[in-house]
Amino acid sequence: MNPLLALFDGLVYGSLLFLVAVGLTLVFGVLRILNVAHGSFYALGAYTAVILGLWAERALGSGWLSFPALLLAPVLVGGILGPLIERLVLRWAYVRPEVLQLLITFSLFLVLEDLQKLVFGVQPYFLDRPLQLLGAVEIGGVPYTRYQFLLVLVALLVLFGLRFLLRATPMGKILVAVVADREMAQALGVNVGRVYAVAFSLGVGLAALGGALASPTVTIAPGLGAEVIVLSFAVVAVGGLGQVEGAALGALLIGLGRSLAVYWLPELDVLVPYLVMVLVLLFRPVGLFGTVEVRRL
Amino acid sequence: MRTIWGIALVALVSVALAQRPAEIRLGIVTFLSGPASVFGIPAKNAADLLIDQWNRAGGVSGVRIRPIVVDEAGGAERQVAEFRRLVLDEKVDLVIGYISSADCLAVAPVAEELRVPTILFDCGTPQIFEERRYTYVFRTAAHAALDSVAAALYVLKINPDLKTIAGINQDYAWGRDSWELFKAAIIALKPDVRVVAELWPRLYAGEYSTEISRLLALRPDVVHSSLWGGDLVSFVRQGLGRGLFGRSRVVLTAGEHMLQELGRTLPSGVIIGARGDHWFLHPRTKDDPAHKAFVEEYRRRFGRYPVYPSYHMSQALLAMRSAYERALRDTGGRWPTREEFARAMVGLEIKTFTGTVRIREDHQAVEDALYGTTAQTPQYPFAILERMLLLPKDLVMPPVGVKSLDWVRTLRPEVLRQVPDPR
Repeated sequence: MNPLLALFDGLVYGSLLFLVAVGLTLVFGVLRILNVAHGSFYALGAYTAVILGLWAERALGSGWLSFPALLLAPVLVGGILGPLIERLVLRWAYVRPEVLQLLITFSLFLVLEDLQKLVFGVQPYFLDRPLQLLGAVEIGGVPYTRYQFLLVLVALLVLFGLRFLLRATPMGKILVAVVADREMAQALGVNVGRVYAVAFSLGVGLAALGGALASPTVTIAPGLGAEVIVLSFAVVAVGGLGQVEGAALGALLIGLGRSLAVYWLPELDVLVPYLVMVLVLLFRPVGLFGTVEVRRL
Repeated sequence: MRTIWGIALVALVSVALAQRPAEIRLGIVTFLSGPASVFGIPAKNAADLLIDQWNRAGGVSGVRIRPIVVDEAGGAERQVAEFRRLVLDEKVDLVIGYISSADCLAVAPVAEELRVPTILFDCGTPQIFEERRYTYVFRTAAHAALDSVAAALYVLKINPDLKTIAGINQDYAWGRDSWELFKAAIIALKPDVRVVAELWPRLYAGEYSTEISRLLALRPDVVHSSLWGGDLVSFVRQGLGRGLFGRSRVVLTAGEHMLQELGRTLPSGVIIGARGDHWFLHPRTKDDPAHKAFVEEYRRRFGRYPVYPSYHMSQALLAMRSAYERALRDTGGRWPTREEFARAMVGLEIKTFTGTVRIREDHQAVEDALYGTTAQTPQYPFAILERMLLLPKDLVMPPVGVKSLDWVRTLRPEVLRQVPDPR
C-alpha cells in the first residue's frame, strides 16, 4: 500500500474538515459562544450552492458558472443570515450563562433543521458539474478528481487569508483587541456590537463555504448538519477553542489519522477523530494551540 | 309471523353490525425527519394512498381506518415511549411501523408486553424472530439474509469466475449484518474467493475519498455496499468521478430506493437490489392492473415512482386487511379480538403488488428477491434495471428456527444450479 496515497487522502479530508471547523472556532474565539447551529449554516450553504449552481447551469447555459455559485452561496448565507441571527438571537444571549447559550444555539439548530426540511424536502441534493468539468488525474495508479486538489488549495487560502485578516488589517486588529480585553476595547471607542456581528457573520459564511465546497462531492440530505457539528467539535477541541491555526492542525491530524486507519485498520475508521481528541486532551487539556488565561486568534 | 322474523333478523344484523368498532385506530411509525426519511416518506406516501383508497370504498370489512402517524426519529428509547403513548393515550388497535432495526428490537418486547398486534414493516435485522418467539409481533417483509444471499447468487450467476471481493458498509448493525451475510454467502458458494478489503465508514460520513482510493488501488472484482440514502448518493458520485465503476463491479444491495435521486448520474452495469421483489417495472407484474394502478396513482400524487419502502408499507397494510378478513371468517362475522387478529396473521399468504408474501409460523414473512443491473434508457430520466433475476423465497431466506448466518454457511455451490439465468 502506497503511504503517499494515504497522506494525500488525509490531506484532502483534513481540508474539508478545516473548512467546516474554522468558522466554529472563530465564532467561539470572539463571541465566546459555542455555536451548535454551525452545522445548520453548513447545510444551508450547501443547499444554496446546489440551487444556485443548478440554476446557473440551466438558465445561463454554462456548467462553469456553478463555480462562482459555490462562492456566492456563502456570501449570501453569511451576509443575510449572519447579521440577522446575531441581532435577533445572539445579542440577547451574550450576557446569559453558558448553559443557556448552548441551549439557545441548540434550539436555533433545531429550528433551522426543520426549516430546511420545509423548504428543501427530504430528498438528497447534489451538484455534479464542478466534479465532472475538472475531470480526474492519476497518481500512483489511482485516479483523483482535480476538484480534490482545489479543496486543499481553498483550505490553504482560507487559512492564510484569515491569518492576514487578523494580523495585518485594522479590522483584524480590532477583533484581536476585543478578544483580548472587551471592556478596554469598548473604553477606547471600539463598537463591540459591530465587531461581534462581523465575526459571527464571518463564521456563518465560513460554515456555508464549507457546505458549498462539499456539495459537489458530499450529498446534502436532512441530518447532515448534526454530523458536521460533532466532527467540527472534535477538530476544534484538538486544536484549542478559538485557535484558527489550531483548527488547521486539528483537521490535519484527524484527516491523516482517519486515512491511515482506512489503509491499515478500517475497523478504527469511526473511532479515529475521538481517539485523536482523547490523546491530545490527555496531554494538553486546552488543545494543541489553546492557552489558559490569554486567548489569541 | 313473517314480519316478526323479519324484524328479528334486522335486529340481529344490526346488533352484529353494531359490534363492529367505529374505526380501526392504526398507529403508523416511520421516519418523517432525519436522514432515514428517504425511506420514511415513501412509506408514509404509500400508507396515505392505500388508506384513502380503502376508506373511500368503505374501509376494511366495512370499518374505516384512522391512521395516527408518529415520527420514528429520536432513537429507540423515544420510540418505546411513543409506542406506549400510542397504546395508552391514542388507544390504537394495532401498530405498523419501524424502519430502524434498533427500533424494531426495542419496541417488539414492549408490544408483546402490552399485547398490541404490531407489524414491523421494513427493518432488516434477522435477530428479531431468530432469538425470541412472539405472539403479537410480526414482520411482513424479508430481512437482511435475503438482500445478501440474493446479491451473492446474482453476482456468481453473472460472474462465475469471481476471484476477489471487497465491502464498504456503514459501521452499524445494518452495514455489519449485510456484509457478514454477503461474505459468508460468497465464500460458501465459491470457497476460493478472496476478501481484499472490509471498509467501515461512519454512518452519515458522506465522504469516502480515502475508502475509494483503497478500492481503486486494490481493484477487487466486486465491491459490495449496503449504503443507503444520502450516503449512497455521495459514494456513487465520488466513486464515479474517479472511475471506480470501471474498475470493479459494484453491488448496491439497497440501491433501488435511490435510482430516481441519482438520475442520469448512475452508470449502466451496477448491480442493484430492492430488498425483496419490489420494482415498479417488475418483470411479472408491471402490467398487472392492481400494480399498475398503484404505480400510476402514486406517481400522480407524489410525483415519483414508488420505491421499496412504499412496497414494504403496502405489504404490511395488505397483510393487515387480509388478517381482519380471515379473522372475521373464523369468528363467523363477530369483530375479532387482538388475539384472534394475531392468530389470523400466522400462515397468511397474501398477494402483493409484485408477488406473494407468506407469513411463517415464526411470524417472519418470506418474499421473492429481485436483482438487476442498471441501464440508462431514453424512456426514464434515471437508470432502470435489466438482466433481472427473480429468486424464489426459499432460496434466499433461512428456514424457520435456523439462524441466518448458520444457514448461509451451509449453502453449497450446487445451489447455484437452482438459480435461473437473468433475463
